[in-house]
Amino acid sequence: MKRRTLIAAALAASTVMAAGAAVAQDGIEIVYIPKNTGNPYFDSIVAGFEDGCAELGCTFSTTAPATPEATSQIPFITAQIQRRVDVIAISPNSPDALNQVLDRARDRGILVLAVNGDLVGNEEHRDAGILPVDFTKTGPNQVELLGSMIDYEGEIAILSATTDAPDQNTWIAAMNDVLENDPKYENMELVATVYGDDEPQKSTTEAEALLQTYPNLRGIISPTTVGVAAAAQVIQSAGVADEVELTGLGTPNQMRPFIKDGTVEAFQLWSPYNQGWLAAHFAVGVRNGDIEIAPGNTFEVPNLGTVTIEDKNVINTQAELTTFTAENIDDFDF
Amino acid sequence: MSTSTETGAGETARTRAVDAHEAAEARPLWQVVLIRPEVMTLVLLIAAFFIASALSPFFADATFILESASFYVEYAIVALVLTLVIISGEIDLSPAALMALTACVFAWLFQAGLPIALAMGAAVVVGAAMGAFNGFLVLWCQLPSIIVTIGTLTLYRGLAQVLAGDRSIGGFPSWFIGIDWRVWLGVPVPVIVFTAIAIVLGIFLAFTVTGRQIYQIGTSPEAARHAGIRVRRIKMGLFMLLGIAAAVAGLLTASRLASVRYDMASGGELQMVLMVMLGGTYIFGGRGSIAGTYLAVWLLVVIATGMTVANIPITTQLIVMGALLIISIIATNFIYARTQR
Amino acid sequence: MSGLGSFFLRRREAGIFVMIVIVALIVGAIEPRFLTLETARIVALAIPLILIAAMGQMMVLVARHVDLSIGSTMAFSSIVAGMMFRDLPEVPILIGVFVAIALGAALGTLNGLLVVLFRLPSIIVTLGTLSLYRGLVFLVSDARQVDPQFIPRSLISMSQTSPIFDIPWIVIIAFAVAFATYLFLGHTRVGRQIYALGSNPVAAPLRGIKVVPITLLVFTLSGALAGLAGVLYASRFGYVNPGITGVGFEFTVIAAVVVGGVSINGGVGTVLGTVLGVLLLGMVSVALPILGVSAFWQDVFNGAVIVAALLIDRAVRDRSVRALAQARSSA
Repeated sequence: MKRRTLIAAALAASTVMAAGAAVAQDGIEIVYIPKNTGNPYFDSIVAGFEDGCAELGCTFSTTAPATPEATSQIPFITAQIQRRVDVIAISPNSPDALNQVLDRARDRGILVLAVNGDLVGNEEHRDAGILPVDFTKTGPNQVELLGSMIDYEGEIAILSATTDAPDQNTWIAAMNDVLENDPKYENMELVATVYGDDEPQKSTTEAEALLQTYPNLRGIISPTTVGVAAAAQVIQSAGVADEVELTGLGTPNQMRPFIKDGTVEAFQLWSPYNQGWLAAHFAVGVRNGDIEIAPGNTFEVPNLGTVTIEDKNVINTQAELTTFTAENIDDFDF
Repeated sequence: MSTSTETGAGETARTRAVDAHEAAEARPLWQVVLIRPEVMTLVLLIAAFFIASALSPFFADATFILESASFYVEYAIVALVLTLVIISGEIDLSPAALMALTACVFAWLFQAGLPIALAMGAAVVVGAAMGAFNGFLVLWCQLPSIIVTIGTLTLYRGLAQVLAGDRSIGGFPSWFIGIDWRVWLGVPVPVIVFTAIAIVLGIFLAFTVTGRQIYQIGTSPEAARHAGIRVRRIKMGLFMLLGIAAAVAGLLTASRLASVRYDMASGGELQMVLMVMLGGTYIFGGRGSIAGTYLAVWLLVVIATGMTVANIPITTQLIVMGALLIISIIATNFIYARTQR
Repeated sequence: MSGLGSFFLRRREAGIFVMIVIVALIVGAIEPRFLTLETARIVALAIPLILIAAMGQMMVLVARHVDLSIGSTMAFSSIVAGMMFRDLPEVPILIGVFVAIALGAALGTLNGLLVVLFRLPSIIVTLGTLSLYRGLVFLVSDARQVDPQFIPRSLISMSQTSPIFDIPWIVIIAFAVAFATYLFLGHTRVGRQIYALGSNPVAAPLRGIKVVPITLLVFTLSGALAGLAGVLYASRFGYVNPGITGVGFEFTVIAAVVVGGVSINGGVGTVLGTVLGVLLLGMVSVALPILGVSAFWQDVFNGAVIVAALLIDRAVRDRSVRALAQARSSA
């Protein structure tokens, strides 16, 4: 008797699975796989996709692993191939670990789009990359913003994500380049580049160590959402907002309190919502045969205007970064 | 989690298990056959298959299930050897970290210019050596395996990170890459490797003298020692074998992904233990079977794949996995307790 | 054995203290800026969460169990408290703190129940609930982060403002918890029974110790303290993310506790030792970035330190067994 109840209990546990069921669809089916669940940033991209599909009449769904670990997206991609979706849009957790499974998806005729981050160095394994902004301008934009806050003078430091984060490293290289070569920045000295691994505790400790190690520090650039929030918290705690300026890439919701209380004067980012919106329009256009994927081709997206496919099939959602300050931050919610 | 120094619950359970062995003869044959944890696993497997098929029309497709199995087979190979370790009364939580370490050693040496075959050999040697290190700490320093392998799990993962940093290492030759796409008689090669290892270990455990001795050691180490069984030597062998299995699994993963990172297989220890427990192996040692673990692997494949293809949120998946582990241990304990009467 | 060696082995706390001084001096010699009050402040701010959870873990270990689920428990309490602050802004902070502690206690009790009802090894039970509770975190939060704007200012300021000597509230709370644990373990009957249970579970019932309630108690306390750490996480970092909060926290805490001389074989461990163990690990985590050493070495250090602490623990036990045998034979 006891045994029977146990097996019943075990079965009950497996029927928790009955939460959602798949239905075969007509029309174009798009799935978006973010890096992981629980990341508010990707919710905005999802919202862009949803609104885009609502307008265009495609079917949209989203699914994501629990952790942003390099291989965690693979079972999800395989499952979507099996579900025979028409388009897989993915924010890849790794620039190379997904190559094999994405090739398989494309062999089955699925359109594969990298969204928000690209397969750097492995672009041939996706059909197109929809990036938030022209990444070559990100580094210089950030240096200029910080420079304007500190009168282009004094010691500055960078608090990045991990030592090998490809996007951050591209931007940091560009930052180093303008700091060395542009005479406008000749009085700004980059004294350290440190890495908080996108972990709140490590980023906090690294930021505190920066303040301690460089007493004359005038500014910090943190081109990662976890890092800039941790650094803001550290500057607020230490009460040095007047001596040390901070900027970086952050989300308005994450940075709102620091802008309001003056800890941070301005920071930058792009619109994740527009990426989802653009990706949905692009995917449907390609599927319907209205857009041919080739560098140099252009297409129209409502609200965004004319968009150009660049080299390596990269599509930039906007050209320059958006700057958030006390004036405009309340216009954004993501 | 029984160790040579442990007293208390583990000890009494072991004594009871010995009694149970004699008592078992008296029960009717159908009970002996049916009331076994492996049967429970099989029933669950069949049930899960039907539920998954009902959840998504895309699930019931042999090619797809076999393809998806490749992701779990790497852990499964380790779980097979871990079954032996747990039957012998020890446990090891470090093999997932060791998979990452051996794969990083392999990739690092390959990148340093070593011929790929030598780099693979080196990974296996490192696996065996790290397994032996676990064995040394547990058997010679007499530290409880459960805690010491939490220490080595952190250590191995840390070493992998120091070696590879936070980047992926790749560029392996094409013959090495994509073993999970290679198919033999319609079955992916990793699944064949897993099945072959299961058959070999199953025969070893059930029909060889050493195999029987592993059960005796797990049931009562003292009695085993008095019976002249070389407890330490056999356990050391098992720890090293586990290290080698971890290295093989690490290399399979490297081939599947065509690249290696320090954080691969993170959290894999839970999956491995889940596979062994779900297969009805007794956590205190002395009981269990390779067949049980083999079935449990397929059960996990069906559950995980079924939920993913039905677009069920990862939230629900995490809860099902955690609950399954606890329920399977409780059920196994009940079944063993029942067969004692 | 040399005099110094036996001093190390016998007075574990003194040994860790000496280690702390040595590490500080070495780091200070390489980077003189390390030996400043500012470093002390950074270390002090790095340890409160670990220290609070370590007090719970220590009691569990003394009772000869282990709790691997504390990271997920902390995340659960943290996210629910955060959601309360977000969705019911009129609720006072103290209620949020209370809810976090109560939820942690409930999850801890569930661990304890599974252990005593089904006579399961705690390590396997809590390995399962580690995953289960993390699933619950995603479930209740709908996988959404609680953003900084919703965490009350007064809660955040607990990590920033100080009532006395520039020591932030959060640090004072952590040490108050440690002191309370010290009083509880050393000066109450129940506290002493935890030691008695852990040092000999078989004989414990014969000595009138109620094994089941005490086992439940240590798990409940461990959960409750993880819950407190959870609400302080919101204070310290200013937001709660369901996928980041508390991941890997259990390993850091266990490392600190065993370094502090708490024996995994139960019955042995002091609050002072645990505090020093937490301090040592916290100091190293601050020293690495100041020295410019890659954070990658942190895990290697933690792992090596667990193994080393276990070996020392073993050596101490062998010595006391030998000493006991000697005393008997000479008597």
